[in-house]
Amino acid sequence: MEINDGILKTEEKIYLKLRELYRRYGYGCFKMSKFEEYDLYGQNKSFLVSDRVITFTDTNGKLMALKPDVTLSIVKNADLTGGVQRLYYNENVYRVSENVHRYKEIMQAGLECLGDLDFYNICETVCLAAKSLEVISKDSVLVLSHLGVLSSVLDRIPVGIRNVITEKIGEKNAHEIKAVCDTAGVNEKDARMLEIMCRHTGNRKETTAALRNLSDDVKVAEALDELEKVIGICEKNTGIKTEADFSITGDLNYYNGLVMNGFVKGIPTKVLSGGQYDKLMEKMGKKAKGFGFAVYLDLLERFGDEEESEGDVLLIYREGTSPEKIFESIDKLSKKGKRVVAVSEKSDIKGAAKQKREYLI
Amino acid sequence: MSEFINIALPKGRLGKEVYKAFEAAGYGCNDVLSPDTRKLIFENEENGMRYFWVKPSDVAIYVERGAADIGICGKDILLEYSPDVYELYDLGLGKCRLAVAAKKGFRDRKDYTLRVATKFPSVAMDFYSKKGRDIDIIKLNGSIELAPILNLSDVIVDIVETGTTLKENDLEAIETIVPVSARLIANKAAFTFKKEKINEVINGIKNINGK
Repeated sequence: MEINDGILKTEEKIYLKLRELYRRYGYGCFKMSKFEEYDLYGQNKSFLVSDRVITFTDTNGKLMALKPDVTLSIVKNADLTGGVQRLYYNENVYRVSENVHRYKEIMQAGLECLGDLDFYNICETVCLAAKSLEVISKDSVLVLSHLGVLSSVLDRIPVGIRNVITEKIGEKNAHEIKAVCDTAGVNEKDARMLEIMCRHTGNRKETTAALRNLSDDVKVAEALDELEKVIGICEKNTGIKTEADFSITGDLNYYNGLVMNGFVKGIPTKVLSGGQYDKLMEKMGKKAKGFGFAVYLDLLERFGDEEESEGDVLLIYREGTSPEKIFESIDKLSKKGKRVVAVSEKSDIKGAAKQKREYLI
Repeated sequence: MSEFINIALPKGRLGKEVYKAFEAAGYGCNDVLSPDTRKLIFENEENGMRYFWVKPSDVAIYVERGAADIGICGKDILLEYSPDVYELYDLGLGKCRLAVAAKKGFRDRKDYTLRVATKFPSVAMDFYSKKGRDIDIIKLNGSIELAPILNLSDVIVDIVETGTTLKENDLEAIETIVPVSARLIANKAAFTFKKEKINEVINGIKNINGK
């Protein structure tokens, strides 16, 4: 029996296209179990989107968790002996949703590029993130930041305000950053850099020039160079608008380098997020770099899908009609490409009858 | 006009005050403040603005879920619900504070679990956990001031504007948790696609506000 791709849901179609895209670039599928020992997550709580994990005790007494994240499992299990490992996945994860604030089953696809990564590998991962958005909709934007800029400023300000500054950067909350910096006596240049990172409105060259003027830290210059080069390459090689946005942050104990979020017009939250996590690799005892992203397929459920009726034809049969006769009629109609719902004439068909043709047999 | 900016305004005095600032900045819309209308949504095709009134505590939800691109929301609500939104501007309107209040002469016995009545359980929990204090949260939805009077709680955590209601009920504010004012918030995805227009609106409001 041939499968008509019209029966697939939006997120299923998109996953198949993503799979084809990732395979084209040499990525192999990574399949994993739904469960993982809780220790893995307990030791890396701040890497997770939410630190709350669904746990249970296995029959051997081990505390297990329903997987809240895929990257940790891939990093833990990846074989890094052969240069660069390219892996993609499609898994359900279980965690507290950022919006609903309750546990949710979240379907996500994504990829991880692990090993001795060079500049090409970084560009490839960012371009694949942009191409993933393109698969969903051409009306998408990939936004990127480089944590080298933020970490340079954070290194110079008091430890006690680093978390709150990171949080406020993520909110683009320039007014409260100013208040916190004033109270903590942060020097004027650093306070100004933080403000520019919040207020950046899309003119990349203007913003990066302003940041370069304020900082003589070579790490900032290198970070901005890398960010600008990658954005330039991504814009040339994909059909997706790529922008810098310095409000994207991540836990600096795990992430370094580029971080990114992807937005699709018509979906109210980010559908893609990722970044470079060399520090996580180091924490987990891997002498390698890591860069990857996830696409939140569950958000695509209502995207671009037209409401589907249960069938094209309502087949109404009289009481006493033989099942063989009903099957025969269904077969005839379905050979013409119709989807048929068979109901007894005694059924309540008022609502459905408005939309479908009726056959009385 | 290609696209509207959808704005969730909080019902009540603060919302009206904020709308007047939008209007003065050139982003007004007919009938928004009309007492006779039963319309729920107000559009002005010329300036591309679409307003709707919602319950103040729901503004952040409308914005976080993308039904509104931007909204006006008290800092108290943002602290309580931590919505995943951008907080782009402090309008400096509706100034008040989140405070701990108790009956006059209240003595805090540290050997007891403190009973705290509030509409803001997350804020209260966060405030006392930073102090290492064990508390019993009593979540109420209104008339919070009644709780210590009827011995339902030892203290309350609530919005204090002038302190008149507290005074009239023989209560007093004993500690400020955080100052509160109205904030302009934006949906993260909407901001990514409409940032030019949203920034233009914010700059207009800033000019009216003089900062």
